[in-house]
Amino acid sequence: MQKIGQYFQSLLLWELLKGLQLTGKYLFKRKITVQYPEEKTPMSPRFRGLHALRRYPNGEERCIACKLCEAVCPAVAITIDSEQRSDGTRRTTRYDIDLTKCIFCGFCEESCPVDSIVETHVFEYHGEKKGDLLMTKQRLLENGDKYEQQIAAARASDAMYR
Amino acid sequence: MTDDTITIEVDGKPLQARKGQMLIEVTDANDIYIPRFCYHKKLTIAANCRMCLVQVEKAPKPLPACATPVMDGMKVQTRSAYARDAQKAVMEFLLINHPLDCPICDQGGECELQDLAMGYGSDVSRYQEKKRVVKDKNIGPLVQTEMTRCIHCTRCVRFGEEIAGLRELGATGRSEFMEIGTYVEKSMVSELSGNVIDVCPVGALTSKPFRFSARTWEMTQYPGIAPHDGTGSNIHFHVKHDVVKRVVPAENEAINEVWLSDRDRFSYEGLYSQDRLTVPMVKENGVWRETSWEAALDQVASRMQKPVGATASQLGALISPTATSEEAWLMQKLVRAAGSNNIDHRLHQSDFTDAAHDPAFPWLGQAIPELEQLDTVLLIGAWPRKEQPLLNLRLRKAALRGANIMVVNTIDYDFNYKISDKLISDPVTLIHDVAAVLKAVSEISGNKIESGKLLEAVVVNDKHRAIASKLAAGKKSAILAGNQFMAHTQYSTLRYLAGHIASLSASSFGYLGESANEAGCWLAGAIPHRGTGAKKIDQPGLNARSMMEQKLSTYLLFNIEPELDCANAALAMASLQNAETVIAFTPYKSASLLQVANIMLPIAIYAENEGSMINVAGQSQVYSACVPAQGEARPGWKILRVLANRLGVAASEYQSVEAVRNELNTVISSVTPDNRADWVRPEALPSVPGGILRTTEIPMNSVDTLVRRAEALQQTADVADGAVHINSNLAGKLRLNGSSKLVAQQQGSALELNYVLDNRLPDNTVLIQAAHPATSALGAWFGEITLRKL
Repeated sequence: MQKIGQYFQSLLLWELLKGLQLTGKYLFKRKITVQYPEEKTPMSPRFRGLHALRRYPNGEERCIACKLCEAVCPAVAITIDSEQRSDGTRRTTRYDIDLTKCIFCGFCEESCPVDSIVETHVFEYHGEKKGDLLMTKQRLLENGDKYEQQIAAARASDAMYR
Repeated sequence: MTDDTITIEVDGKPLQARKGQMLIEVTDANDIYIPRFCYHKKLTIAANCRMCLVQVEKAPKPLPACATPVMDGMKVQTRSAYARDAQKAVMEFLLINHPLDCPICDQGGECELQDLAMGYGSDVSRYQEKKRVVKDKNIGPLVQTEMTRCIHCTRCVRFGEEIAGLRELGATGRSEFMEIGTYVEKSMVSELSGNVIDVCPVGALTSKPFRFSARTWEMTQYPGIAPHDGTGSNIHFHVKHDVVKRVVPAENEAINEVWLSDRDRFSYEGLYSQDRLTVPMVKENGVWRETSWEAALDQVASRMQKPVGATASQLGALISPTATSEEAWLMQKLVRAAGSNNIDHRLHQSDFTDAAHDPAFPWLGQAIPELEQLDTVLLIGAWPRKEQPLLNLRLRKAALRGANIMVVNTIDYDFNYKISDKLISDPVTLIHDVAAVLKAVSEISGNKIESGKLLEAVVVNDKHRAIASKLAAGKKSAILAGNQFMAHTQYSTLRYLAGHIASLSASSFGYLGESANEAGCWLAGAIPHRGTGAKKIDQPGLNARSMMEQKLSTYLLFNIEPELDCANAALAMASLQNAETVIAFTPYKSASLLQVANIMLPIAIYAENEGSMINVAGQSQVYSACVPAQGEARPGWKILRVLANRLGVAASEYQSVEAVRNELNTVISSVTPDNRADWVRPEALPSVPGGILRTTEIPMNSVDTLVRRAEALQQTADVADGAVHINSNLAGKLRLNGSSKLVAQQQGSALELNYVLDNRLPDNTVLIQAAHPATSALGAWFGEITLRKL
């Protein structure tokens, strides 16, 4: 008896109609497709995009060359040289991130004791020449200056979970 | 099992221990770790950090393992909840005032506090009040302070008191207000001050030259040998990106224990001096031009070919006693193959008479740790404190145990232990003093020596007798000859006298050793009258001094700055200037070489080089390169080997430095050191001139090419100052005052010099330090000198 039922179900394309029912349901629902690049998806404050080095409000760079990010980086993408600056503080003379190596895991950001190296919400960047994706200290600081408001806002909104 | 062995139980494990041992020594020996800060195996026990608290059965309170002697049947728990609670509580107290600046602290990554805080610290601080802040002190160019980080373990204080013998650092104030410092702001002057960096468990005392330049986990450690004195201290190079970032001691109980002198610790800076020679250079028509190795070696070969044959004796080679044994050996092979025996490394020596009775190499006379066991020591022309700092540590230990240390010197040097007797006189009277001691020893011991008329006129006074009687009474005594002894213009007379004092008083006779590889150079045959393995040579060549006096046509210089390294710099510079060819194997473009050399070949030194060195106690130590040589520089043995090939020297196809070493070792390994000989008796003792005499020393941080370029060391007080040191009596006689200058005249050359008051000197003696360009034109290191006020 059961076998006869199955025979008629497949003969009358019952499964297909059942599937199409779902398609039909979505055909008339509101669309959620995002028209990138005109439209963009919302972003978590913890989004891990392009790196930046931040400064304190008085303009002093935050980085103290502790090299924890360099040590923790699983892709060995960070290279730092340090020295004693003339005012006696510990500072970097070189801070390179090789974005071609970087896997955007965010460990550098997490390890930083002074919130200096951060990952911004910028993910749309490209390089045209060899070396364009090697972020030097100067470029990272420029990023920091450029996106400081956004970075600070992201940090503030996520503060209670840190 | 001897009677004083007892059994204790630690964490349930039975352990054997000696009576009277401290608990922490027993657990350390058995690989049970107890946390500690103030305990250091080479220092006395302070028990003030309390970190090593452990639970001992039947004890009412936790006890510090470092200050608890073991007792039979003692039951100890090092990890019980009770012990852990005590340790964690101590850690909480320590962290109250310790700043959270690990990210910028140079100690980060190798910090004992950081490590232990991981195990014993709590995640959250309960402390809400203000943290203590302590002002940093400036204690000189070598050690950086961050006193807020100090946890008051007092290791540095105890190091100064017990090991270095100088109370430089101390604690002022109590409890919260306790501070470690120098009290009155001053630089640390100890020759061992760098060791406080190692003993400091936190980042309060760190290395100033290294400051912030690397982190511990980035560096790779390589073994090496310190090349500045005959001790041959074992070191570790810490290397990052092929650059030596710092040097730390490697533990070797037979040589340097766990310590290192500042000179050995900070000289690495000299590797990166601005004037490193990185490409071969040739001088053409007075202009230096860079060239390729091929062209440079062609030139060297063609210039060296000339003197071979009838004029072979016109070739002379001087090699620095800091060169490796392999380099010394290949150099002598090259020179001897060219038909000349003119090779020498004894740049500071000026008296070469009685060379037939030279020892196989100037040996310490005993193993280094045996110095601690001596009960009587006579130092002649020596200041081991600055010349051989780590041998001095051993002598200091002997002195603290009650040994009589006596000195005969031209300068009243400051020793960091008690000197029982001292004779300070001008360089010539010094000989008479040594002779008088010999006469007194002979009188006291009743043993006569065949001294002929030599000692007849010598006047013996009570001071000489005091020294002689102590030497005769000593059960384990030694006569130790220092750097000035060997550089003395009457070296052979002094050696005859001192050697006989030793044999009459049954003492050992030893040399303290001036340079890193003197022994290796002697054994390899880099001397005119001996071949490899101290074999006699029938027709000895010219020694370092005669090579300069006889004005040869071709000179080879290996890692030498003639103006600063030669005993008679004025003569050396004149002869080199006069020579047809001067080929310099050098790591640096030294001013004097730019002036006199024709070809400069860049050599690798120190951490860049490979080879072996033999220290003053005869221990051969091998090291290999840990950073690549800079530019086109090459290890000396490679250059010499290629050169030997070009000149057609037989059997010089070495593929590696090991091959060179193996061949050398087959010859020299059978040589046993012995300083005693039947020295030729000098005719008479020199008479003391009436005028003013010059004496010389090379300050500890000016001894060789490398250390002269180490920036931080050059800021210390132990560098040549280029002035005339004069005592206040003599200064008064010459009516010197304030900033007046004086004219010093010696052997026809006169120089206008500054003066420094130095009351360590006898009235008729002035000290002019060698290895300074301002004074090198004066010539010989010892001799008469006339002074007048300008």
